[in-house]
Parts: sequence; structure tokens; C-alpha cells
Amino acid sequence: MTLADIATDVLVGAGLMFFVAGTVGLLRFPDPMTRLHALTKADNLGLGLIVLGLLFQVSTVADALKLVAVWLLTQIAGATVTQMVARTIWRGRS
Amino acid sequence: MPEFLLLAAGLVLLMVAVGLVRILWGPTDMDRMMAAQLLGTGGIAALLLVGTATSLPGAVDVALVLAVLAAFAALILVRSLEPPR
Repeated sequence: MTLADIATDVLVGAGLMFFVAGTVGLLRFPDPMTRLHALTKADNLGLGLIVLGLLFQVSTVADALKLVAVWLLTQIAGATVTQMVARTIWRGRS
Repeated sequence: MPEFLLLAAGLVLLMVAVGLVRILWGPTDMDRMMAAQLLGTGGIAALLLVGTATSLPGAVDVALVLAVLAAFAALILVRSLEPPR
């Protein structure tokens, strides 16, 4: 077990915990706004920690940059979608 | 290490499958869209984990495309619910 493997295990495990928390929140919260809040935790922190953990396992710089690009794209898309979904919920249109 | 990453991918997919119950329950369409978002993000995470565990060459590229498509789907739904101008 090298140090990189331990780091990957810890970070991916933490990311998994956020995915679990986000899913439980999506299922148990009483209101669409609060469910959106839970979803963003799974999206940002869950995926972010998993990507961070996987960065210790790749061998080339290009692969690492690709992983970070996936995370950045998900962040930007998630931020946009969250704002628009929140606006739609707030205005009572759904 | 690959076994742990594959186990993590399986757990992510299990969580996402459980989260799909929100599509069944969700009183509003936004709730259903949020469950679909979780499916998209969970799919990305599982793809990245499996791709790194098995050294699959195109997995990260598929994850990139999935990220963009999931965002498009949610944005189209939001736009379709706006009142016509």
C-alpha cells in the first residue's frame, strides 16, 4: 500500500460518503429547495473528492488534466442548472 | 486498488439507483429532473472510477460528454416551463 493508494482510498471514500448523503437528502428532505441543496453536495463535493482521489492513480499529466476538466465542466454545468432550477421552483412554475 | 475502485463505482451506482425513487415520488417535475441530475453525476463518477481501475482508454471522454448532456437536459426542461414570450 503506497502513500498514493492510501490517499486515493481516503479521498474516494469521502466522496462516496457525500454521494450517500446527497442521495439520502434527495429522498428525505421535505421540499424541492432543500432537495436541491442536498443534490448539490453530491454533485460538487462527491465528484470533486472522487476526482481528487483518482488524480493519485493516473500516470500522465494529460490524464490528470482530463480528470480535472471533467470536474470543472460538471461544476460549471451544475452551477448553471442549480440556479435555473432554483428560480423555477421559487416562481412556482413546476 | 482496482478492486476498491470497482467497489466504489458499484456503490455509487447503487446510490443512484436508490435515488431514482425520487422520479417515482417527486411531486413536481423539478424533483424528477433533480433525480436525473444525480443519475448523470453518479454516472460520471462511476465511469471515472471504472475507467481508472481497468485502464479503459475512452472512459474519461465519455464522462465529459455525459456532463454536457446532463446539463443540456436540465436546461431544456427549465426553459420549456417558462411562459411563452
